Amino acid sequence: MGSRVMTQQRQPMPERPADERVRDFDEVPIGYTAEMAVAEAQRCLQCKRPMCVEGCPVKVKIPQFVELIAQGRFSEAARKIKQTNAFPAICGRVCPQEGQCELTCVLGRRGEPVAIGRLERFAADWERAHDEVEAPAHPAPTGHSIGVVGSGPGGLACAADLAMWGHDVTVYELFHAPGGVLRYGIPRFRLPRAVLNAELDYLSKLGVTIRTNFVVGRTATIDELLQEHDAIFVATGAGLPRFLGIPGENLLGVYSANEFLTRVNLMRADRFPEYDTPVHCGDNVIVVGAGNVAMDAARTARRLGAENVTVVYRRTRGEMPARVEEIEHAEQEDVRMHFLLSPIELRGDDDGWARVAVCRRMELGEPDETGRRRPVPVEGSEFELPCDTVIVAVGSRAHPLVPDTTPDLDVSRRGYVAIDDSGATSKPGVFAGGDIVTGSATVIEAMGAGRRAAESIHRSLTGQEPPNGNGG
Amino acid sequence: MNEIVSKEQIAPDTWRLVVRAPEIARRRKAGQFVVLRVHEKGERFPLTLVSSDPDAGTIELIFQAVGTSTKLLAALQPGEDILDLVGPLGRPTHIEHFGRCVVIGGGYGMAPVIPIAQALHDAGNELVGINGARSADHVILVDRMGAICQRVEVCTDDGSLGRQGFVTAVLQEMIEADERIDFVLAIGPTPMMRGVAELTRPNGINTVVSLNPIMVDGTGMCGGCRVEVAGETKFACVDGPEFDAHEVDFDMLMRRQRMYDGLESDATRMFKPHSTPLDAPAHEGCCCEEDRPDGK
Ligand SMILES: Cc1cc2nc3c(=O)[nH]c(=O)nc-3n(C[C@H](O)[C@H](O)[C@H](O)COP(=O)(O)OP(=O)(O)OC[C@H]3O[C@@H](n4cnc5c(N)ncnc54)[C@H](O)[C@@H]3O)c2cc1C
Ligand SMILES: Cc1cc2nc3c(=O)[nH]c(=O)nc-3n(C[C@H](O)[C@H](O)[C@H](O)COP(=O)(O)OP(=O)(O)OC[C@H]3O[C@@H](n4cnc5c(N)ncnc54)[C@H](O)[C@@H]3O)c2cc1C
Ligand code: SF4
Ligand code: SF4
Ligand code: FES
Repeated sequence: MGSRVMTQQRQPMPERPADERVRDFDEVPIGYTAEMAVAEAQRCLQCKRPMCVEGCPVKVKIPQFVELIAQGRFSEAARKIKQTNAFPAICGRVCPQEGQCELTCVLGRRGEPVAIGRLERFAADWERAHDEVEAPAHPAPTGHSIGVVGSGPGGLACAADLAMWGHDVTVYELFHAPGGVLRYGIPRFRLPRAVLNAELDYLSKLGVTIRTNFVVGRTATIDELLQEHDAIFVATGAGLPRFLGIPGENLLGVYSANEFLTRVNLMRADRFPEYDTPVHCGDNVIVVGAGNVAMDAARTARRLGAENVTVVYRRTRGEMPARVEEIEHAEQEDVRMHFLLSPIELRGDDDGWARVAVCRRMELGEPDETGRRRPVPVEGSEFELPCDTVIVAVGSRAHPLVPDTTPDLDVSRRGYVAIDDSGATSKPGVFAGGDIVTGSATVIEAMGAGRRAAESIHRSLTGQEPPNGNGG
Repeated sequence: MNEIVSKEQIAPDTWRLVVRAPEIARRRKAGQFVVLRVHEKGERFPLTLVSSDPDAGTIELIFQAVGTSTKLLAALQPGEDILDLVGPLGRPTHIEHFGRCVVIGGGYGMAPVIPIAQALHDAGNELVGINGARSADHVILVDRMGAICQRVEVCTDDGSLGRQGFVTAVLQEMIEADERIDFVLAIGPTPMMRGVAELTRPNGINTVVSLNPIMVDGTGMCGGCRVEVAGETKFACVDGPEFDAHEVDFDMLMRRQRMYDGLESDATRMFKPHSTPLDAPAHEGCCCEEDRPDGK
């Protein structure tokens, strides 16, 4: 340690070639070899005041785990990460690292930052592939029971911690399979289901019960759950689709990204008719929006055989909210990007199928409240793009079922659940976190919120601080 | 979970199931539905909760076996479980004392009429039932309608039972005869519901229909079930399924209902009934186990 010469370039991630991978749903990045991981880990300067950690929402012990990788102690590295991040194999794959840990890494100032996400993924994959995942210890039961509503990353992270501290945890999920966006939103070519299932398997080894097909607010209300549980954590996400509100949006062939991705990811419409759920994906697909959701929809459409997939975005490349890697991958897969363009109308054929998107050019005007320059329409610039399938990926809204059926739960103006610093809501015994509080954010932020709420719940039930070094 | 307690064929292709689902039974209200999945590769599809018995912890479903999923459901035997069953979903029907109500069911649409008619009856309304079907053997639930209605008019397309003609003809006669009608409920094939809406529109008779667009989650998360009501987009699964008949865009509903018909008929052609769906044990070790880490 200490005497390393910083000569090496950042290790590139081996990936499957684009023309091969658009024909299946297998994962795109192959993952570092042990040699590559060690070489990449050796680039880390082991800073005394590691800036990278500041950029990570859950403060993963980055220099420590990277050093363990440099020393070839891979499974130990995974365990080090798990002290603050229960699901490194997931975060290593889906965190927008370039805006988080890798943004603040000092190496980034003069060159490329340490590939923290790839190393995180490597360590977790190694541990799993070599069967070195430690069986969780079974702590003495505390006698407290907690209900977690929603099985997305927020709910799962909260459940994992609480179970580790000896509480009895039940997770309620409305779908027939757990995982939230990790299962119905993020495609397998970015997050293989084996990775997700391994994390869920770990959770069940911890003794967490997952009750699928249970809609809180319908199957039972929060008040009813409070009769069974000492505390509730609400992590129901922001899963409601937004539409554009333009004429023609209800034509056939127009999907919300949620529906399109759910049909494929959760229901396996890519394998219709072997699976019973169908999906329509024509040759000309237009995806409206430019976040991760839009990239996932566009790349999924390519894999369903669409010839021309065009992303239409009303701002410019610089404002695209998607992870850099997703944008690069989409472009490698021949997804076309049209910037400064906004659909104003969809027109259909006689049978009601969308056939033409009327688009208007935009230009950037004054900055808006987010500091980004506001797109303003260029009058008279309308033109037509042909389409068979239109996928709308312009954001999402809070899931209203729990707030609507829990009268004393305070919500913000836009329907998000209000919490204090401890994660507590206005209703005694009820905590909340993740997208249902913040609006659509990131996997790791939802997990961070889940863990903070777990700590608060533990404190409120036991009057004690959670056990240290929750081992993972 | 979700064990089929009893099964009965009540018409050609139409089945009645009683299913153990205590949590749903406890909370069910008129107008609500469940979403089911019959096997590991199955799709999610909705069925109305016809009745429930909270004490026995059971619910009643009545459905017509029209395509892959409903045929697979019809192939299940008492003692077997429905793989996934979630509910109760949808807004409960708005029930009040309207006065004299006409409740109309066409074909298997009679099934979803029953719980609402029952609730209207319990709220002190006076009911007239119109029960329409293709032919005599497709007429269902006349007895149950009879028990809560002042009178039940049966009509069949071919005249093999009751009067010959459509339910709309009966309703039209009632309107022309100046019978008092304070409220109309109509559930059945979309053209029938539209026909009823057109009949009651001129007199401004309060008319409600229950829409059945294609659904996936049934909880507001996909927007696949969107319908246009009074020029606004609504999600039938959470904003409905019942809407003011005079405001519904039935053309759009019909188009969207047929969105997958080309694809579905391929699937139906490939359908071969198994004693157990998929030959494989329906609840474990199946090829898509990867989506069932909870071991269900
Ligand atoms: C397509 C897509 C791609 C994304 N890509 C990335 C990415 O690459 N990187 C990243 O960091 N973030 C990404 N995100 C965002 C990230 O997935 C979310 O911020 C994160 O999943 C939020 O977690 P959560 O636990 O709050 O909610 P969710 O993951 O939304 O989970 C909520 C769960 O609660 C369930 N639920 C809702 N209401 C009820 C109820 N009443 N009863 C029972 N269950 C209920 C839902 O079915 C769902 O399973 C992406 C999002 C999408 C949609
Ligand atoms: C709120 C609601 C309540 C319903 N209640 C009943 C009932 O009590 N009894 C009954 O017999 N039927 C009911 N239906 C209709 C029932 O859901 C469909 O008959 C069933 O989904 C057909 O599936 P299939 O695979 O057997 O047929 P398919 O061959 O797949 O489809 C036949 C037709 O059914 C419709 N359909 C297909 N998939 C879906 C889906 N996922 N969701 C909704 N509709 C679909 C389409 O319009 C299609 O044209 C209801 C529908 C809704 C929306
Ligand atoms: S959890 Fe995400 S942000 Fe934190 S170190 Fe890992 S990859 Fe970076
Ligand atoms: S900031 Fe970069 S170089 Fe410094 S410890 Fe963190 S990862 Fe290593
Ligand atoms: S079925 Fe998905 S929103 Fe209604």
